Amino acid sequence: MDINKSIKIKNYNEYVKQKMPKSKVFLDCIKAFFVGGAICTVGQGLRLLAQEVLLLDDKGTAAFVAMVLVFLGALFTGLGLYDVLGNFAGAGSIVPITGFANSIVSPAMEYKREGMVLGVGAKLFSIAGPVLVYGISASVLVGIVYFILHACGVATPL
Amino acid sequence: MSKKHRGAQSVAFEKPVYLIGRGCVGGVMEGKGPLARHFDILASDALWGEDSFEKAERKFFFEAAKKAIEKGKKSSRDIDFLVGGDLLNQIISASFSARDLDIPYLGLYGACSSMAESLAVGSMIVDGGFASHVLCATSSHFGAAERQFRFPLELGTPKPPTGQNTATAAGASLLSDANDLGDPGCPVIRRATIGNVVDFGVTDANNMGAAMAPAAAETILNHLEDFSLEPDYYDKIVTGDLGTFGSELLIDLAKQVSGTDLSKVHYDCGASLYAGLKKVYCGASGCGCSASVLNGYLLDEMQAGRIRRILFVATGALHSPTSAQQGESIPGIAHGVAIERGDV
Repeated sequence: MDINKSIKIKNYNEYVKQKMPKSKVFLDCIKAFFVGGAICTVGQGLRLLAQEVLLLDDKGTAAFVAMVLVFLGALFTGLGLYDVLGNFAGAGSIVPITGFANSIVSPAMEYKREGMVLGVGAKLFSIAGPVLVYGISASVLVGIVYFILHACGVATPL
Repeated sequence: MSKKHRGAQSVAFEKPVYLIGRGCVGGVMEGKGPLARHFDILASDALWGEDSFEKAERKFFFEAAKKAIEKGKKSSRDIDFLVGGDLLNQIISASFSARDLDIPYLGLYGACSSMAESLAVGSMIVDGGFASHVLCATSSHFGAAERQFRFPLELGTPKPPTGQNTATAAGASLLSDANDLGDPGCPVIRRATIGNVVDFGVTDANNMGAAMAPAAAETILNHLEDFSLEPDYYDKIVTGDLGTFGSELLIDLAKQVSGTDLSKVHYDCGASLYAGLKKVYCGASGCGCSASVLNGYLLDEMQAGRIRRILFVATGALHSPTSAQQGESIPGIAHGVAIERGDV
């Protein structure tokens, strides 16, 4: 018996899709919303701290918030807690800047056994790399479009 | 015309191949699951005193192999060949263990079907008269598999509901051409069915159950056909790591293709190893999953006489991270080995 010939299902992938257990999209969205929101609220708190207590200017505030959040993301990854949060929150903990820190520290931890050069060095950006490549490429593209629009007198300078 | 080949893809062993010793080692998750008490050794943590997951997996393999030799009342010098494999690139767990065990070695790769593949090959060697004692062993490790096939452990990405967790476990069986220990109930391997590579075009690496279910269905149905057996000839038809969803598909496919009802006899190692635990999605997977459940729980049950005959069908997904990234589908395979109590 050759199962390829005996099977009566025309489109196996469709059949699998129909039967397979589905992600609870609504519940996952709620979790992502609240965890992501909580991380952003911490960020907002840091912003207020920078502005009101540390009396930093706009540029200094932005750098301060990013630095502290990246540090916290890296710290909690190192403590083995961020992946627990990620398993619960999904995109809620991947999208904020703390998720970016997680994506760099986790391969660093994972590949340190292969050495500092071919392990940590080579693999550090294995997950964040694509984000950087396409993020920077996108910003260059937007910059060019903006430059052209500005030259044509359509857009105003920032 | 071969004397021992049967039907489309099976072999019948002329002489009984005795399974005289067995060992199984599990990790932390395996120790929390319902089959915990059937393990010979449970490791205290994922690294088990080693400094990498790969070395830890090797230790699992090595310890399971040693246990099987010890229970068969042999020493490694008595073993003619070691047949086995694992999931890591270039099957390093098996090869490095073979170096340390110092037994002539045949390395196999059948992904998660490796235990059944090893038993089939090992039985052929013994039945063919080429060896008296062959050790078959396989292993897998969650941490080592995760970093090879997926993402770093500390990366916070959840798996979809069809995902499975690679078992941190190893199992080993010692095959012999004679019932050396004189136990009349000693498990005996009588038949084997070698699987075809079956590919139904599933590309989702988080849905291995769906990729492997057609292969399992084909091997089981052809086994029954090649030997003119009904499913209830076996007390259990055991699949390796289809998981809960893949098991559902297998039952459905068998019914659709030939009207065979497997639901009463089917048992899946992957669905059972982590049954009742949280965050395990569709269950366990990996070479070590079927190997440890067979050499632990299932053969314990056989020894106790609660089951007399099983068809052990380990299932494997034969893709690589490279083939998956290049968008290729996941070919599945399943090998079957019939194990029965010597006194039935």
